Amino acid sequence: MVNDSAPVAVVLSASELGLERGGRELFSGINLQLTRGQLVQIEGPNGAGKTSLLRILAGLSRYGFTGQVERHVPQLFLGHQSAVKGLLTPRENLAWHVAGESSFTAAAIDAALAAVELYGYEDVPSHALSAGQHRRVNLARLYLSQAPLWLLDEPFTAIDRGGVVALEARMLAHLEQGGTVLLTSHQPVAVAYPLLRLDLTTGQLQ
Amino acid sequence: MKPASTAAFCFRLLRRQLVLGLRRPVELGNPLLFFAMVVALFPLGLGPAPDTLASFAPGILWIVALLSNLLTSDAVFRSDLEDGSLEQLLLAPQPLYLAALSYVFAQWLLTGFLLGLASPVFALMLGLAPAAIPALAASLLLGTAVLSLVGGIGAALTVGLKRGGMLISLLILPFYMPVLIFGSGAVQAALNGNPTGPFLAILAAFLCLSIALAPMAIAAGLRISIDT
Amino acid sequence: MWTLFHKFGSPPWLYRLSGAILRWLLPITLLALVAGAVWGLLFTPPDFRQGNSYRIIYIHVPAAVVALAGYYVMAIAGAVSLIWRMKMADIAMRACAPIGAALTFVALVTGSIWGKPTWGTWWVWDARITSMLILFFLYLGVVALYEAYENKALAAKACAVLSLVGTVNIPIIYKSVDWWYSLHQPASIKFTGGSTIDPSMLYPLLFMISAFYCLFVCALLLNMRVEILEREQRTAWVRALATERGGS
Repeated sequence: MVNDSAPVAVVLSASELGLERGGRELFSGINLQLTRGQLVQIEGPNGAGKTSLLRILAGLSRYGFTGQVERHVPQLFLGHQSAVKGLLTPRENLAWHVAGESSFTAAAIDAALAAVELYGYEDVPSHALSAGQHRRVNLARLYLSQAPLWLLDEPFTAIDRGGVVALEARMLAHLEQGGTVLLTSHQPVAVAYPLLRLDLTTGQLQ
Repeated sequence: MKPASTAAFCFRLLRRQLVLGLRRPVELGNPLLFFAMVVALFPLGLGPAPDTLASFAPGILWIVALLSNLLTSDAVFRSDLEDGSLEQLLLAPQPLYLAALSYVFAQWLLTGFLLGLASPVFALMLGLAPAAIPALAASLLLGTAVLSLVGGIGAALTVGLKRGGMLISLLILPFYMPVLIFGSGAVQAALNGNPTGPFLAILAAFLCLSIALAPMAIAAGLRISIDT
Repeated sequence: MWTLFHKFGSPPWLYRLSGAILRWLLPITLLALVAGAVWGLLFTPPDFRQGNSYRIIYIHVPAAVVALAGYYVMAIAGAVSLIWRMKMADIAMRACAPIGAALTFVALVTGSIWGKPTWGTWWVWDARITSMLILFFLYLGVVALYEAYENKALAAKACAVLSLVGTVNIPIIYKSVDWWYSLHQPASIKFTGGSTIDPSMLYPLLFMISAFYCLFVCALLLNMRVEILEREQRTAWVRALATERGGS
């Protein structure tokens, strides 16, 4: 659904999004236009539909919602699950990743693994790694990907303090290069960058 | 870093699936073991008389192959759904049709292909005439590929459900019936000294049709299953 | 054309239209079924080979024909639901499956009852009966898949995919079973070639087939109306309808 006619600055636009689950309205009337260099956090209490909204925006949920989503640029989506295969090593997991974005060189993969502090674990079967290390393998994709739009669902879960700082630094670098980050998080995001908040209960972007 | 070509992507998926299968050699052997065990049930149930067994052998071997394929089909996408790989696959900027075909091809190489190669041993256990063994192996190699593709549709539609195991059989077994008819027909024809070519040609036609259409249904099924 | 299409997607409009259709279609169907049954059972000559037992074809054949057609109706509704995401197509598809399964079951039972005097046994692996049995399994598969999904919007999409796969497969299954039967059975017990049937027996049969089509449409619409009310129970128009009915 890449649309070339739209202005280049807009990376994703959504209009009048609404979702009902089990006869209950989660949210409605969400209008969103993401441009380059924006950092947006989706806010709302548990069960407000943050993850559902992110999945609709990513294109994973295709049925059962109302409204329209237009995606103009390649995106990188990181969900709750780390998509790491226990039988493969971290290196293989990244080299043969199902997301099929590009073919990465071995050097690029090693550099990304080093950046998430998995240097020395490249060839260990992933089932020997901890849950936090699985998350880190997944986060290594942020160093490999060229996608301008990042959709991150609770990226700070199961990451230690140092990992959070590194992730925030990576997000800042991405934003400064003109990238866009849309994330859900229960933790405050400590990035020295203007943060926009999307409140699900009111549908307002502030 | 270079942009991925679709061919490279499919080759990577195939290699990933094959490596995943080969790193668990025991699971690789399970369908074959299942096949051997069920074959061993028939002499117990029907009596060990070689004539009876030999006359039922084409049907028995084909039905057991069908069941073992059914049991392995269920797992094609399940682990990928559980660890989140499937949602990444669906977001990949690559044709899902070819990705689905790669998954099914890997599954066939690890089950149906091996079963076809091992089938002469089981045929001898049931006293099938040696003249029919080439027809058995050839029909199984062609037929199990169709079964894997059709089974993939059932797997894609039920992967998001907690209890998919029984359901996939109910959905998919009716679609397996033509393959069973012509697969066991080929072996029967070889036993009777008739040409097997027409049977194998029909199985090959089924295969062409299912290569063309089944990945579309699998892709549609996966998009529905991921949308929870 | 396009506005008509959109109207079909509107539940209150469809509810009212189906009500108007049923008002005259339901009596006509009942009348036609009774008339066709009387015509077929009392006013047709007995078959010289099978005597009176053949008369069950006035139930068996229409049920089988409409059951098969019903699968295609279901698949078309499924395709509409997948392509245009029309909620009413979901409901139509969902309604087809149990009706089709019931008709297939009727065809199987009547076929089996017919088999007893004709072949001397309740069940014969005849090509048509085997195909009917497989069709029954296909219908039950759709019902089982629908029930397995908790999210009913997704259930309808999954069933739509399954029924489309089924439409591609049904001709293959029928031809395969036909061929399998001709290989394993001598042709001697094959009978009731459609072309040799006498007009005095054929016309009531065609009449009954039309009556069964009407029955299918009635059952489909009634089933859809229930589903529409259930899904739309919280909307204003259903509330208005309920108070209107309750008040009168």
